[in-house]
Amino acid sequence: MPANAFNGFTDYGIGIGLRVPHYDHILTEKPAVDWFEIISENFMVDGGRPLKVLDQILEQYRVVQHGVSTYFGSAEPLNREHLKKLKRLVKRTNTPWVSDHLCWGSVDGRYTHDLLPMPYTFAAAKVTARKIRETRDFLEVPIAVENVSSYAEFHVSEMTEWEFLGEVVEQADCGILLDVNNIYVSSRNHSFDPRDYLDNIPAHRVAQFHIAGHSKFEKYILDTHDHPVIDPVWKLYQHVLRRAGRTATLLEWDAHIPSFDEVHREALKANRFIENFEAKTVAA
Amino acid sequence: MKRSKPIDLLKTSKPKPLRPKRQTAQEFLELQRLMAGAVMRPLARDGGMQGRWDDGRPMPQVAGSFIKPNDRLTSFERLEIYNRQYWLRIKDCFYDDYPGVRAVLGDGAFERLASAYLKEHPSHSFTLRNLGRSLVAFLEKEPRLIPPPRELAIDMARLEWAHIEAFDNEAKAPLEMDSLLGADPAEIHLQLQPHLTLLRFGYAVDEFLIQVKQGERLRSEASNAMDQHQSRRRARLKRTLKPETVFLAVHRHHDTVFYKRLNSAQFRLLSAFRANASLEQACLDLGDAGAGDVQSWFQGWAALGWFCQLQ
Repeated sequence: MPANAFNGFTDYGIGIGLRVPHYDHILTEKPAVDWFEIISENFMVDGGRPLKVLDQILEQYRVVQHGVSTYFGSAEPLNREHLKKLKRLVKRTNTPWVSDHLCWGSVDGRYTHDLLPMPYTFAAAKVTARKIRETRDFLEVPIAVENVSSYAEFHVSEMTEWEFLGEVVEQADCGILLDVNNIYVSSRNHSFDPRDYLDNIPAHRVAQFHIAGHSKFEKYILDTHDHPVIDPVWKLYQHVLRRAGRTATLLEWDAHIPSFDEVHREALKANRFIENFEAKTVAA
Repeated sequence: MKRSKPIDLLKTSKPKPLRPKRQTAQEFLELQRLMAGAVMRPLARDGGMQGRWDDGRPMPQVAGSFIKPNDRLTSFERLEIYNRQYWLRIKDCFYDDYPGVRAVLGDGAFERLASAYLKEHPSHSFTLRNLGRSLVAFLEKEPRLIPPPRELAIDMARLEWAHIEAFDNEAKAPLEMDSLLGADPAEIHLQLQPHLTLLRFGYAVDEFLIQVKQGERLRSEASNAMDQHQSRRRARLKRTLKPETVFLAVHRHHDTVFYKRLNSAQFRLLSAFRANASLEQACLDLGDAGAGDVQSWFQGWAALGWFCQLQ
């Protein structure tokens, strides 16, 4: 399902995150890249180099906005100042969809700047879905919510994470940015089978995939985006392709960032799995 | 005669299975308040989560009340991951934004300042860009946190905040100076660009900061072995700083932030514009200072695009 209502009926291929260390390379070498994902908040400014670079990128490339602080899952109301700036950026980039995380991170106006895990409750789902709908109506673009990696679970949870994701996206009628690495990380931290997750989400709502690397510690895995994608994550990607089909895929690499070419090469590995999936589909 | 259906006492008295109590919207909010309080709480001296909660209860008990343990980590340890990550993230950002203040204070005092400031001024913005917005006011309020000369650290904090503002504040369309021709100077109120900040310092912190940043660049290109050398270099640099009055404009030109030295008359004139004085009033207040130079100053400032529109 490459093009659907949740990604603006686009058929984007393999993208990478736009990161500062690569600016010069991209602007001078103009490498062929299907699309770039930008962190919205980095460009929700009033002027200066960030916007100039963005405008230069927009002249050459397709850009999709990915946010980190809308906090759909925070119990407090949406931040109107944030939304207005976000909308201004949406108009600038013409992003076909906007994504942010299924998490919370602010309370009583104080921001943790973290992607904190949700309690998987019906009350939380209701609040979250309402805020997603409000955001979509204000921005006038499709919204996709991303599952986060987590290190803690709440006693109060009333369902599994994938049931909660399904509950929220059905109530909000929005898309899913399915982060396959995050599912792997959380499955290890919380001892569940990641295939149960992948097999039980509303796959027709998947607007985009994220893939990334992580760091393994003695007792848990941390989602650090500072390594290549490991084989088990690629296998999960292959697994979910069977349900969701070829869909816009993006590699995240946010720390210890190697050269542009290395990051892009890592991202393009996804093509192998897509081609394999499509060959099998044709044969079937 | 119609007989009533016999009553099965055993069946009717059997309690219905209780539906698990569902979380309410208020409980959802309270849970987030509790967790945010724990996540944003200062770390203990050993870098881990504090052992006791605000009310004196053991923290493992508090964590256990809402976080599930697993087979490898206790509730306390799981919550501690978030607590540590929070401080790592915001301190990283604070260190990135204030290398000059750090160089002035030294690593130990800067670390103490960062902890105290960020505890009292957690982020209230969706962007970490605004994390240091209250630092100058905090330093003025808490002089005990900064070793003398205190004005030096405050000057540096003002410069580094002005740098952040210059980097990404709005640049409005520059004013065409020809549009002023024939206008009454008493009616002209020049507006300065939002990215321009005028500062008066007691130390030449602009030169100091440029050298600190050059050192940082060198360090990032070399190995960690440079760290010790860097800290000695910063201490040496600081010793060379003598009190002197410096007037500075921090601004952006062609998407690069610049520090432009001003003389006292230029500073007064520009400050008057910033305070919305008319062109006539600002020049009158200047007196004889800058006589004969004002026109060339204006040309220079206009070329830099510092004036943006008439109010």
